[in-house]
Amino acid sequence: MNEKLALIVPEIVLFIATCVVMITGQWPSRALREITPWIAAIALFIAAMIGLNTEPTPGALLPTIAPYAKAMIGFIGLLLLVNLSGVVDRQLERDVDEGKPFLPLRSNRGEFYAFFLFSITGLMLTASADDLIWLFLALELTSLPTYIMVAISTQSNKSHEASVKYFFLGALGAAIFLYGFALIYGATGSTNLAEIAQHFATHGLSPIGTAGILVALLGLCFKIAAFPMHFYTPDVYQGAAAPVSAMLAFVPKCAGFLGIIAITAAVGWREGGHLPETVESTLWIVAAVTMFAGNILALLQSSVKRILAYSSIAHSGYMLVGILAGPGEAGAPFYRNGLAAVLFYLAVYGVMSVGVFAVLGALETRKDEEADDIECLRGLAKTHPVLGWTVILCALSMLGFPPLLGFVGKLGLFASGVSAGQIPIVVILGINSAIGAVYYLRLVAVAYLDKGQGPAPIVTSSRYAGRRIAALCSAAGVVVLLLVAQPMASAAQRAARIDRPVITHDDLHDAHAETDLHHDDDHDS
Amino acid sequence: MSAIWTLLLIALPLLGALLVAFDREEGAYQSAWRTMILTLIPAVFMLMNFDFSHASMFQGAASITWVEALGLKLSIGTDSIAVLLIALTALLGPIVVAASKTAITTNRRMYYSWLLVLQAAMVGVFAARDLLLFYICFEFTLLPMFILIRVFGSTNRVAASTKFFLYTFTGSMITLAGLFFVVTFVARETGLWTLDIGIITAIAPRMPVEHQALVLGAMLAGFAVKVPLFPVHTWLPLAHTEAPTAGSVILAGVLLKLGTYGILRFAIPVVPGAFVEYAPMIATLSVIGIIYAGLICWVQTDIKKLVAYSSVSHLGFCVLGLAAVNASGLSGSVLYMLSHGLSTGGLFLMIGFMYERYHTRDMNTVGGLASKMPVWSFFMVFFAMASVGLPGLNGFPSELLCLIAAFQADATWTAMGEPGAWGVTLGPWFAVFAGTGMVIAAMYLLYMVGKICFGPYREPKDHHAHPVLPADLNKREIWTLIPLALGCLVFGLKPVYLLDAIEQPVNATIAHVEAASGAAAPRIDDHPEHHMDHQSGDHAESTTHHDTITMGVTP
Repeated sequence: MNEKLALIVPEIVLFIATCVVMITGQWPSRALREITPWIAAIALFIAAMIGLNTEPTPGALLPTIAPYAKAMIGFIGLLLLVNLSGVVDRQLERDVDEGKPFLPLRSNRGEFYAFFLFSITGLMLTASADDLIWLFLALELTSLPTYIMVAISTQSNKSHEASVKYFFLGALGAAIFLYGFALIYGATGSTNLAEIAQHFATHGLSPIGTAGILVALLGLCFKIAAFPMHFYTPDVYQGAAAPVSAMLAFVPKCAGFLGIIAITAAVGWREGGHLPETVESTLWIVAAVTMFAGNILALLQSSVKRILAYSSIAHSGYMLVGILAGPGEAGAPFYRNGLAAVLFYLAVYGVMSVGVFAVLGALETRKDEEADDIECLRGLAKTHPVLGWTVILCALSMLGFPPLLGFVGKLGLFASGVSAGQIPIVVILGINSAIGAVYYLRLVAVAYLDKGQGPAPIVTSSRYAGRRIAALCSAAGVVVLLLVAQPMASAAQRAARIDRPVITHDDLHDAHAETDLHHDDDHDS
Repeated sequence: MSAIWTLLLIALPLLGALLVAFDREEGAYQSAWRTMILTLIPAVFMLMNFDFSHASMFQGAASITWVEALGLKLSIGTDSIAVLLIALTALLGPIVVAASKTAITTNRRMYYSWLLVLQAAMVGVFAARDLLLFYICFEFTLLPMFILIRVFGSTNRVAASTKFFLYTFTGSMITLAGLFFVVTFVARETGLWTLDIGIITAIAPRMPVEHQALVLGAMLAGFAVKVPLFPVHTWLPLAHTEAPTAGSVILAGVLLKLGTYGILRFAIPVVPGAFVEYAPMIATLSVIGIIYAGLICWVQTDIKKLVAYSSVSHLGFCVLGLAAVNASGLSGSVLYMLSHGLSTGGLFLMIGFMYERYHTRDMNTVGGLASKMPVWSFFMVFFAMASVGLPGLNGFPSELLCLIAAFQADATWTAMGEPGAWGVTLGPWFAVFAGTGMVIAAMYLLYMVGKICFGPYREPKDHHAHPVLPADLNKREIWTLIPLALGCLVFGLKPVYLLDAIEQPVNATIAHVEAASGAAAPRIDDHPEHHMDHQSGDHAESTTHHDTITMGVTP
């Protein structure tokens, strides 16, 4: 038990911080209320640092994924937290400024930060999941708080609508992948991922097992916002406050991909980088349709949040190419390791997607009304240079324009896809990058180039400095992180190690006995 | 030659761009002008220090590693072809800045800084010895050009810039997939994941021809769009017409050459088997382009559009020369890359100067300018003649070489012991049809010159004299034209200077194709002596290979 606990120290730290912020957020003292985000930030930083130094998990299917994933989650979580500052309790704090008494019952601040930390805790737990039940609980812990965060993020009814949509579809998604997990258990008699992998390796993929895998992947498509579970994305992103949308773009997607990596790793890639045929063809179709759907629908939008939502869908499709490519042979270098490319791209996406959302949050058209229409960004590079250039850099990076960070991330996906012989899907990825160019360029052009007809809507910057700081960090990230792309890439490559099950042709009992023995050894040591 | 000159050629414009971006609006022109003039200094030193006796060696090599996990290095090095194209780029720099002085009156900082960034990116493409640096620079040229067209273009600029970006970006994404296919193959063969062009060129031809064909298709997706080759040329007339003068000059002068340069550097050496096999198809497309675009030119009334379509037609010759894969073809093609930049660049400048004064480009509205603008008309006729291919001017030798090349690339010709192409069969028909392109070019260009320069004077109804500019060209404008005109004369009268300079890399390329496709491509056995510079070719090849491979392996 102690060994297991030692693996989740970062999560424990975050959990303690969650309890603390829940109390300080409601505290009558103004000063204490205001340090609440700082407490969350410190906890995230500590968790990220501890996570970075996590020991490899012995006996797990993905023994080394935790340090990279937890550090990435921690640091991008920090960026998201900076961006989230000031989302809730605006009216309340204004009332307090005017001399009214503080009403803890009306305050949301405590819950808001607590839910955020809960969600991040769940995400970190997903990274270290080695068991289907653990995985399910972690995924749900990631998602449940976000439903509420969407609802309380603004005062308008839109966000309530978004939250309800998100919740019902999220519950549907969870039910679907839970059903898949149940089928996998039925097929293999185990919930432990390493044992499942061993079973699939020795006994092959039974029809029930295949069905379980497919259903589980389908459910996880909800988390990553991939076809056919992507329909909620634009509505929810648009309904929520921009900083919460930024969080939705990264946190559930990251959880979903960690889940998909775990499930596909249990099935295993055969020689030459191919999943079992049914799984591969399903994922192939999902990836291709997701890319096309995301990119083409994004062309039709005039709301920046909806553009970003569709772009988020498209990016899920890009990353699925890495999943299709698989980890290559044991100890494969970065360019042949699709999982490493996915992990790298997740970090890249996390950094660059925050930027534009942060800009939207930092601008208001009326009091407390966030900018959303693309016209609001017109001439931004002149009126608000920092925000304007953030939009330009982040949009170009998401487009994959060389030499920005998004380009390096996409190179990894390209290289691993081609190495694994997945040429058609890589070409589709290339074509989709080009389709994506249309709407990313629209963002660039509107912020920097075009004058447009008629007066642009008047936008002012909001009073929350955190969003401007987050925007600046994101823009700086897509440039500065280029310098450390090499260490990041090699960390991702180390993280994407899969301890493949030893394939023997013994019967099921022998295989079980062997894994049990293996486990006993681990416990003894 | 030291790498410092090439690096300066990239770094100076970038520094200048920063300077201009943070300068005052009024000082932007001066700063940009000074930077471009300053950039000429390393260009001159680069030419002087280049050892032309080992012209096929990549001199001035330098390299730094960026992302080792992906094999991303940034390495540079230039052979004589690259040096000459870089010199052309550097020469055009001050000219386009000077030509923009009165044409650009708003947003000058944005304009000049992106012009400088574009300059650096173009030099980067030619200097790159690493697939990644090549690709980054190749792609990066899109953004400045997009901005130049989008913000400073004429009425239809939004559509033109978007079309320009999407066409070229789509193509180059597919090229990227193809390049990675090659890199994967090389990695499987050597166990070494490298993006070094030298190593890739040495190993990749071992690929089976079917795979090579795939890669060739992917490469052409990017390069043919850039050239542009028929039928993917439709973005060019629009972009050219809408772009500001400087943009058109750079587009015609250098950017289009990135496509032919890409074919010369990548398509031919990396997948020689497939290139030789599909050369007749590529040549057919370029001949169709020559004639088709030429005929379109004939019916244009917008002179800028006319010159734009003439670029499509002219670049067809360039690709035809490449598709012949023989010594005269490749040298003719490289010569064409250089000389087309001078003559068509000159024509676009002329049109820009006229447009500034008359605000129209319609031949029916304005004409007979010889009486009002004699100096302008002189240069107009001069550059039109250069473009037509009048003997003595630069268009002639390069067009002639490309036609000869197509003629020679024929089995019967080779059987007679004459220098032939390596397994490529084009033959006289290609030369004949392409030759009609020259005739058509003479017709439409003379027609244009006749209408715009001679005949009765016509001007737009609401024409007013320009507040600053005199009726005819002023000194600044004449001085922007003189270097181009001199270049046209020198290239026309003594093409042998250039041909000597590029002989070694051309022969090295042909020797490489010959050696590489010996196994893959069907060989014409009837010629015992492949006499064309056999010795020097072999020699050159061995030196390049040795050079590039050691360059790639040593850090």
